[in-house]
Amino acid sequence: MAEETPWQQALRYANRANPYPFYEELRKTPVAPQPDGNYVVSTYQEVVQLLHDTRVTSDGRKRGVPFSNPFEGTVITTDPPEHDVDRRRMMRHFGPPECPHMIAGFEPEIRRIFGELLDNLTGKTRIDLVDEFAFPGPVTVICKVLGVPLEAIPSFHGWIETALDGLDFGPEANDPEQQRRAAAVPDAVTALRQYLGDLIGQYRKQPGPGMLSGMANDDGPEGPLSQESLVNNAMLMLFAGHETTVNLIAHSVMSLLRHPDQLEKLRRRPELIVPGIEEFLRFESSVQLWPTRSALEDVEIAGTTIPKGAPIFLCYGSANRDSERFENPDKLDLERPDNQHVGYSQGIHYCFGAPLARLEVQIAVGEFVRRVENPRLVEDPPPYRRNQIFRGPRHVWVDIDGIRE
Amino acid sequence: MTLPATVAELVRDFRANGRIVIVGASLAGLRAAEALRDEGFTGSLTIIGDEPHEPYDRPPLSKQVLKGWVPADHTQLPRLRAVDAQWRLGVAATGLDRATRQVRLADGEHIPYDRLLIATGTRARQWPNPTEAALEGVYTLRSRDDAARLQQALAARPSRVLIIGAGFIGSEMASVCRELDIPVTVAERGSAPLVGALGGVIGKIAAEMQRDHGVDLRCGVGVSSLEGDASGHVRRARLSDGTTIEADVVVASLGSIRNVEWLEGSGLAAGFWGIGCDAGGRAFDINGVVTDTVYVAGDVARQPHVLYEYQFLAMEHWDNAVLGAEVAAHNMVNLDPDYYPYLLLPSFWSGQFGVNIKSVGVPPFGDEIVFTQGSVKERRFAAAYGRRGRIVAAVTFNNGKWLEHYARLIEQSAPFPPPPPGWDQPEDMNPMPAEFPAPGVPTAIPDVVLTGHDPSERRAEFRPRRR
Amino acid sequence: MQIVVDLNRCQAYAQCVFLAPEDFRLSGDEALTYEPNPDDARRLQIQRAAAACPVQAIVIDRLDGAERSVTS
Repeated sequence: MAEETPWQQALRYANRANPYPFYEELRKTPVAPQPDGNYVVSTYQEVVQLLHDTRVTSDGRKRGVPFSNPFEGTVITTDPPEHDVDRRRMMRHFGPPECPHMIAGFEPEIRRIFGELLDNLTGKTRIDLVDEFAFPGPVTVICKVLGVPLEAIPSFHGWIETALDGLDFGPEANDPEQQRRAAAVPDAVTALRQYLGDLIGQYRKQPGPGMLSGMANDDGPEGPLSQESLVNNAMLMLFAGHETTVNLIAHSVMSLLRHPDQLEKLRRRPELIVPGIEEFLRFESSVQLWPTRSALEDVEIAGTTIPKGAPIFLCYGSANRDSERFENPDKLDLERPDNQHVGYSQGIHYCFGAPLARLEVQIAVGEFVRRVENPRLVEDPPPYRRNQIFRGPRHVWVDIDGIRE
Repeated sequence: MTLPATVAELVRDFRANGRIVIVGASLAGLRAAEALRDEGFTGSLTIIGDEPHEPYDRPPLSKQVLKGWVPADHTQLPRLRAVDAQWRLGVAATGLDRATRQVRLADGEHIPYDRLLIATGTRARQWPNPTEAALEGVYTLRSRDDAARLQQALAARPSRVLIIGAGFIGSEMASVCRELDIPVTVAERGSAPLVGALGGVIGKIAAEMQRDHGVDLRCGVGVSSLEGDASGHVRRARLSDGTTIEADVVVASLGSIRNVEWLEGSGLAAGFWGIGCDAGGRAFDINGVVTDTVYVAGDVARQPHVLYEYQFLAMEHWDNAVLGAEVAAHNMVNLDPDYYPYLLLPSFWSGQFGVNIKSVGVPPFGDEIVFTQGSVKERRFAAAYGRRGRIVAAVTFNNGKWLEHYARLIEQSAPFPPPPPGWDQPEDMNPMPAEFPAPGVPTAIPDVVLTGHDPSERRAEFRPRRR
Repeated sequence: MQIVVDLNRCQAYAQCVFLAPEDFRLSGDEALTYEPNPDDARRLQIQRAAAACPVQAIVIDRLDGAERSVTS
């Protein structure tokens, strides 16, 4: 059997907690063709370049061999002009130019939600950072932003977990166990689609709070989103609107507990959470890679020709550790100057929910550091979830001495 | 002592004990001063500026300041670091004696220097008839004080504003007037707005934008005269086509004049397009010989550019001031072989009528244009400029995220037309003439100009050396 | 506090508008304007906006009022 490439090794579940040594090897070939025909881009400059290249599509359906995925038909997997029009139709209910105050206006609510979660930890000596803090905060926030009833959290959480576990781009994709997980994905996605379709249908009859109702009943200057696009994008927003933030909060706290000097610095200077979150995004990017792009023409880059039709995997997690771009990339530095990371991508597909996530993580991690007494990682590394794109720990056990006021 | 050691010693000694004077206290002057300190220069530093204000940022003046959102005195530039300089503000430099290495000031003082940076920038071209220019209600816009006065005039809700000249500033002012719901007429001698900077094809789109927003745009006409009432307030303008415009605010937006008069007799290559210098910011003398003591940065610099056949380029762009200042500052406190070249890909932006116009490269260097992305009708598009089969510039209207794709192609002198995008293709993807006005056709002067090949080239106007 | 935005770098991601809507505005989809001298009371919002800029185009005064004095 041929030796596995650094990319294949990075994708192995056993390396989920620390793919970085494999990325380092991978970056020796900035654009690396893989045995399965994918082209993996791992260096900062090349990732940024391809994000702005007009010969690259984000639409998996335009590939030589169409790539079907749960994000199909959303703004993240369509190209201009359809992408631009739909994104503007969504943005009208989320941010500028029409709605500039919405996210900033959510700050008190976000503070209250994370504050209560910390209150609830009072009296405990061991907590699960994920289940008791990093997950319930963002999922509550996104439900309120979208107008999804909180009672639905357990069911959609299950569907999303199933869909996440079933997606694998690595050498383990064909293992029987993984095939069983993959087989469960379509039903889970259908269930989520059905649920959101029904909810949007109800909002069409009876408008309610949140973005979904707003979008369903909007007839803006460019017309309404189609029902199909609205449901697809509702799935994307509900899922991406909390999963990536859960992972970012968990990774941020873990990174601080692993770097006591930085934790101490943040305790002394709480304002460093503002640049700090950018460093967390660089250091442990919530979206490690993106798989839906492909070349619409032969694209020559960094000495390699990506042939027309070939899938392109952009590895943000690696680009953010590229020593050609970041000095001492494996060092956590809350005050890192010129931190132009690609943790939220760049170009037209720049993360839609980034401002909300930033606000949540600043408040969540800032308050955790301020209020939790003497937190210690029980198990390092903690157990990880299987998904390679949305990389994050399943549980993070932390011993604590108490919760401050 | 070996020779390299001697050079190193020279550099060290100059950085510790040298005297540097910067003439010009705006963006370029300030950023140069900061860069000098960053470079380790600890000698004496003097900054001379004719305006009484600390360095401030000009782009907001024709936008958020004029609109009345931001007061004109809020535009001070943030400091990147302490500069520990002697500031001589509110006093103009009036002369340069290179033999004795002194700058003469308007108050009679002489400031000695070892190295000099000239960053005197430009000023607004005034309405040419001085009597008419002196009428109340006639304005130009360049300085913070200009902006404060004009903003007050707009806040008083004039019955109509007449803007003479539809370059970027004129167009931005017209946009603000419409946002404030003030009737506005724009008179442009060229065929369309922005035609000098972006050519007639784009100019036509800019004209449609203005008219869609209710601007009374008159192209191909000049303003012959301004007339005032008994109290000396401007009331109307007579146009070259015989029509008259009733307006109680008139803004002359006729481009700028480079502030080089004070260099008369200095023997530097100073003229209409600025001061010739090499790509490292070192000024040329009138004979085309590079000086070792005088440097130039910002709007007043005119330097050869490798991408544009080494023609001299005069740029009134924001990042030209910033990057030009940084390169000049570095070279002022270093010696060969540690000089930096100045290899900026020119770029600029303009916000008007709800559209963000951005450009990279030098559009007037091209003679063809091709739409490469998007929809002209929706005013969301990208277009590339070509010359002899190479891409030399690009412009986007509300499509700025793609601009760096074109910047990369321009840096590589990639083929023109560039490969079409895989999606969002414009209706017409055939290259067409870019329709830049022939040299000598009057229009608002574009803010980036290729001015020929060398400092003694005919178009540069040199002043006679004083005996 | 004093700020300036390098609008050549700016690609209209509008993160600043989300996080500091009092001081940053979009005119149309992409044209950014801003208050160069925001009230000190909104320092946190401005710092958030500057840190979040994906192309790091927002420059905040690093002297913070100190040492600004200009001797004429």
